[in-house]
Amino acid sequence: MNGLIRKLTSSKLFSALMALLVILIFNVFLNRGFLSITVVDGHLFGQLIDILNRSVPVMILATGMTLVIATGGTDLSCGALLALAGALSISLIRGSSTIVNEYSAIPFPLVITITLAVTTLCGLWNGFLVARLGIQPIVATLIFMTAGRGIAQLITGARNLTTNYAPYSVIGQGWLMMLPVPIFIAAAVLLVVWYFTRRTAFGLFVEAVGVNASAARYSGINSSMILMIVYSISGLCAGVAGLIYASGIMCADANNAGLNYELDAILATVLGGTSMMGGRFYLGGSVIGALIIMALTKSIYAFDVAPESALVVKAFVVVVVVLIQSPFFKNWRDTVKNRRAAVGGGEVR
Amino acid sequence: MTEPNGIPRDEIILEAKGIEKIFPGVHALNKVDFTLKRGEIHSLMGENGAGKSTLIKCLTGVYGTDGGVIKFNGREIHPESPLHAMSIGISSVYQEVNLCPNISVAENIFAGRQPMKGPFVDWKTLEERAGKALERFDVNVDVRRSLDSYPIAIQQMVAIARALDISAQVLILDEPTSSLDKQEVAKLFDIVRKLRGEGMGIIFITHFLDQVYQISDRITVLRNGELVGTYKTGELPKIGLVTKMVGKDFDDLANVSRVRNESPHDVMIALEEVSAYQSVENVSLELRRGEVLGFAGLLGSGRTEVANLMFGIEHNNSGVIKLKGSAVRLASPKDAILRRIAFCPEDRKRDGVIGELSVRENIILAFQARLGIFRFKSLRQQYELADKYIKLLGIATPDADKKVSDLSGGNQQKVILARWLATEPEVMLLDEPTRGIDVGAKAEIMKLTLDLCRDGMAIAFISSELDEIVRISNRVVVMRDRAKIGEIDEDEGLDQENILKAIAGGMAV
Amino acid sequence: MNGRRRFSVDLKYIPALSAIILFFAAYAIGGILYGDRGFLTTRTFATLFTDNAYLGVSAVGMTLVIISGGIDLSVGSVAALTTMMLAYFTEVLHWNSALMLCVVLLTGALLGFLMGLLIDVFDVPPFISTLIGMFLARGLCFIISIQSITINDPLLRSLGKWRIKLPTAARAAAYINLSVFTFIAILIAGIVIMQFTRFGRGIYAFGGGRASAKLMGLPTRRIQVGIYAFNGFCSAVAGILFSFYTFSGYGRHLYGMEMDVISSVVIGGTLLTGGVGYPIGSLFGIMIYSVILKFISFNGSLSSWWTKIAVGVLLLFFIVMQRVTVVLANRKKRIQKQEAR
Repeated sequence: MNGLIRKLTSSKLFSALMALLVILIFNVFLNRGFLSITVVDGHLFGQLIDILNRSVPVMILATGMTLVIATGGTDLSCGALLALAGALSISLIRGSSTIVNEYSAIPFPLVITITLAVTTLCGLWNGFLVARLGIQPIVATLIFMTAGRGIAQLITGARNLTTNYAPYSVIGQGWLMMLPVPIFIAAAVLLVVWYFTRRTAFGLFVEAVGVNASAARYSGINSSMILMIVYSISGLCAGVAGLIYASGIMCADANNAGLNYELDAILATVLGGTSMMGGRFYLGGSVIGALIIMALTKSIYAFDVAPESALVVKAFVVVVVVLIQSPFFKNWRDTVKNRRAAVGGGEVR
Repeated sequence: MTEPNGIPRDEIILEAKGIEKIFPGVHALNKVDFTLKRGEIHSLMGENGAGKSTLIKCLTGVYGTDGGVIKFNGREIHPESPLHAMSIGISSVYQEVNLCPNISVAENIFAGRQPMKGPFVDWKTLEERAGKALERFDVNVDVRRSLDSYPIAIQQMVAIARALDISAQVLILDEPTSSLDKQEVAKLFDIVRKLRGEGMGIIFITHFLDQVYQISDRITVLRNGELVGTYKTGELPKIGLVTKMVGKDFDDLANVSRVRNESPHDVMIALEEVSAYQSVENVSLELRRGEVLGFAGLLGSGRTEVANLMFGIEHNNSGVIKLKGSAVRLASPKDAILRRIAFCPEDRKRDGVIGELSVRENIILAFQARLGIFRFKSLRQQYELADKYIKLLGIATPDADKKVSDLSGGNQQKVILARWLATEPEVMLLDEPTRGIDVGAKAEIMKLTLDLCRDGMAIAFISSELDEIVRISNRVVVMRDRAKIGEIDEDEGLDQENILKAIAGGMAV
Repeated sequence: MNGRRRFSVDLKYIPALSAIILFFAAYAIGGILYGDRGFLTTRTFATLFTDNAYLGVSAVGMTLVIISGGIDLSVGSVAALTTMMLAYFTEVLHWNSALMLCVVLLTGALLGFLMGLLIDVFDVPPFISTLIGMFLARGLCFIISIQSITINDPLLRSLGKWRIKLPTAARAAAYINLSVFTFIAILIAGIVIMQFTRFGRGIYAFGGGRASAKLMGLPTRRIQVGIYAFNGFCSAVAGILFSFYTFSGYGRHLYGMEMDVISSVVIGGTLLTGGVGYPIGSLFGIMIYSVILKFISFNGSLSSWWTKIAVGVLLLFFIVMQRVTVVLANRKKRIQKQEAR
């Protein structure tokens, strides 16, 4: 029992899970109806569902980001690629139509395929710069972070393109089995990525490359291929998130769609226990991280203040979680444990 | 007693008494005493984990002590940081050159204590003084160029120049020779002797026993964080030193001898006049099943490069590499692994272990890489495989889930061997497999090599230790200046002397 | 030997040098295309500085951070907080504006100092620490006020409007203002710090090898915390200059400024890996950025999002070039090493 508790508390997910729990409990006291879930027209409504639903884009970005960070990199471009995906999909649906349309210019599956293919290719390009040209990830992805929104605006002609094409709205606003569709999409993405990383050797290779790329190469792992796959996955995730985001508002907003989402995704990953130095990664942790971020924002909304004030609280929570995970505190804990052992005549090797 | 040049001998500069240091779970230093006299070179010996580095770090203020007294010139001191220790008069130079490659040589010598003119750095004085500091060692370089434009030996000199710049009385050299070639070591020793002549106390740490006997006046041996004793070099024979380091009468290496090769075996890998750009020139050799082929030569002679070629890390631009008689092109390590070639790289830390991952993951890595991403071994199969090799090689780890970086150097090396054995190779390339591990583990690894050879594997054994090569090789390829200059068979007088002759033979006098 | 030495020095300077060359090339192209519309006038040239002086100030601080091997995402938010504090305290609370100028500068430095502590003492990666600073500063803006506040304070107004006329023959008069002088002062300070002080030289050493710098006994904590404090100070200065430019304080000011600054610094030849870079290079990085903006405004038919694409393309160009330089330098080293044998 004792061992189980120790194993639980030493787990990387523990501090993140605790943080999420504290925020949720805090919310329960803050507003009465927080836990209540009602059924309206056969759909579940409630704040918990809302948090889950709204955190989906960041959660999906964080899924890709987790793999990227595990290789010791960072993908700054995913927020911009999210905007690009929205812009691209809606302009494909609109085609040459100048008015808000209710039909799609090209078959809908094609819209989705093209959009996802484009963002995946952008991701592959990032991976190429990192893996083949040996450019630092932050720098390599900075290019698309800057240019991505420019290209998105180029596609939309710098207008906020809207559409009324009904099938498109299903992605971000539809319902399935009483729950919002985005939740299912997020679950599917997670499941696929989890399966791909943990039920094949891919996860092991990613971690090996993240810890020591040179040794991984000597062991016969094609490091640059691993990196290119990882960045492509991140691009693909950005595409999926972009479709959900744009479908949620039925509008391509190249300027503001997913603004700073890359930072939230990185944050979610780090909160979830994956180190920015690379190595071990925790997909589940990243999901919890994304939930923490959204739950926090949500609880700030309960106060009557500007939504941006939430950032202050976010800053404090992040500081606390990051400090708990920091080597400084780990050393401190070790020292305390060590002292105790020494006082108790602890064993000497 | 006073030497002719007026420097008092036998005067103690640095004295450490009852030093204690405790780390989580480890009593790293247990009441260790150590004295250093003026004008002596004092070697600090011990296996990995004996506490040498910890002691040095306590003396230079990297760590605080958990007990004991440090006296410098009779006064008690409490060094708080390397900088503080330096200001007291204790300077240190570490194994890897710990300088900044991007700034100039002059700045590296004076970083943090640049001569100032008012609030600003006085560049002119700085460069003049740097030039002078290096002239002392007969090193003549442009001090304004960045450090990384010079070879490692010069960088080492710069590090020593930095350590000596402020009137240091104690100089600590922690494994300074591990990346130097013979001439560079000789040069370094000249400087060290010169400094001894000037009355400096020098603490010298190395893995090379020969060097200890070449240069030191006294030897202090540590074992498991405890002091074994301090001896005059002349009164402690080599075998005695090793015995004291290991803690038992030990000459395991004596039992290690080559496997006799009776019948001719099939050729596994053949290089035919292989050259690679900036790597090796015109090398031809054959590696046969059931033999150990030794590679002798100085650092940089091309021995590692040959192994790299056979493992697809470097690529030849002329000549042919043949595997079992047919020409192959090894584009990457993965290609080599698919053809059942295995390679333990020279730099274990950089190219070998994946520190954050577990022993199990490290062991299955190459095997899994051969299978590819989708033919994933289940956890159960992984544990079976890992446990099998942990047992087979006697890897000292509580379980297969231990982080590999928590193991000792020798055990890490065994994990790498296990990684390769798991791929069931036919050819094993071992580049310095015994470097930086303790004597007991060395013998184990060499025995294992011979076992593999007996089982019919073809083994290339690269080592700087001629003694080891001579003991286990059936044939030795001698390399110099990126080319093969000779080959000695076990029937043609394979001993250290002949190898040295071969290496020296081609040299211009 | 001599010839080769000159070559090796060149290699180190190539990124910064090419930024300078690119700037003049872009300026010349602008002259050819839009010379008839006054691209080459002193007035236009002066506006390159006046319009983007606040970015330049921030770029100087960012250069130090990046040379040390770090990154600072908080600059835009800290600058926005500065505009907000300045506006709110002088306009709403009627505090003395001269005093407030000092207060906001100290606040900027303090925020930087705290982020530096987080990085150095607690080993939180710079990316995360400054992200926290970014959230905190941006959030504080909105806690102070969610509205945009116009600055009417006479002192601030007169400082912001103060300018001197440049002697010019053209019909359009050219001016430079306080922002330009501040930028130049900060730039000179940056150059002097990096070239002639122990602190600056320590930053180079730190960026070249953190562990080495520590073992060499450099006061790494003071250096690292000092860098972020200095950059926080620069952000506050940038915020003040921006409020001189717009005469308002607002929490939504300067969104995304950090990426403009980081891009400019990279284009100016500072390696994001740390250890290499020059404040003067960042000046030209900013100037290139300004010229791109000028191109777009002179063209008239190009929309502003071309800026982003152009900056992206330039980044790509410079990053690949820097990479090639490094590879070339390494290859040269390898050859030398072998010659030495």
